[in-house]
Amino acid sequence: MTDTTTGTAKVTLPADDQILITRDFAAPRQHVYRAWTTPDLVKRWWAGKRGTVTSVDIDLRVGGQWRYVMIANGDFEVAFHGEYREITPNERLVHTEVYETPGASDVGAPVVTVTFAESGDRTRVTMLTETHSKELRDAILESGMEGGMQESMDALEEVAVSLE
Amino acid sequence: MARAATTADVFNAVAEPRRREILDVLAEGERPVNDLVRLLGLGQPQVSKHLRVLREVGAVEVRDEGRQRLYRLNGRALKPIHDWVRRYERSWEERFASLDAVLEEMGSTEEEDHDGHDDRHGEGDAAR
Repeated sequence: MTDTTTGTAKVTLPADDQILITRDFAAPRQHVYRAWTTPDLVKRWWAGKRGTVTSVDIDLRVGGQWRYVMIANGDFEVAFHGEYREITPNERLVHTEVYETPGASDVGAPVVTVTFAESGDRTRVTMLTETHSKELRDAILESGMEGGMQESMDALEEVAVSLE
Repeated sequence: MARAATTADVFNAVAEPRRREILDVLAEGERPVNDLVRLLGLGQPQVSKHLRVLREVGAVEVRDEGRQRLYRLNGRALKPIHDWVRRYERSWEERFASLDAVLEEMGSTEEEDHDGHDDRHGEGDAAR
């Protein structure tokens, strides 16, 4: 498969308290869903180039908890957790997402809705984060800046090579 | 001076939902103020006030044509917002690039999923 989907993620801000990410993947929907929800596979991609994933717990049922932990470059731990609200296998996930920082609360946590849709021989993933406040939305966007551009370019190059 | 920040910064200018609606309308083409009043269902004073804020940050430009004042979008003024979001986009792109590699490998190691067999084989593995 010479088709590459690297560099195609689109981020839009549909409302003051929302972030929408859209991305196509050159793989069947079942594969994308499995890579998204299987701990051993999540471990391999969730940190990107920003660190190493050390722990992934996924209790994939409504009301079940998830928790991802990574050691970021620079040797500090980053952890997120949440609870599954809706699960439609291969189609849709709704879950909360809490960035574990001092004082972080599960109450009023951002809600993330992920959809997986067939788009020709590709799979289109949309991920809508609803934060309930503009301040939190902006804080999340600001946090994305921590990912250095250099690392990002390295990752793209590596994958481009592996796709040949 | 307390008001200066609101009008001098394009981020603040577009933080107001009505102003974003105005930008959405103008994204489709130049409009006289009367069109905006009608399309947004706001009073003319409100629309004029929002247009003034948008003009002060350069997001909207105006020209006179006959007796009408025509407003249009200036996308370049919105670039700082685009750049800000773009950096977040890059950090996710990096994560997705790693996911691409995982998916590529799944594709080459699971022949039974090829040839259009859509028997949802293996989806039960997801939770393990």
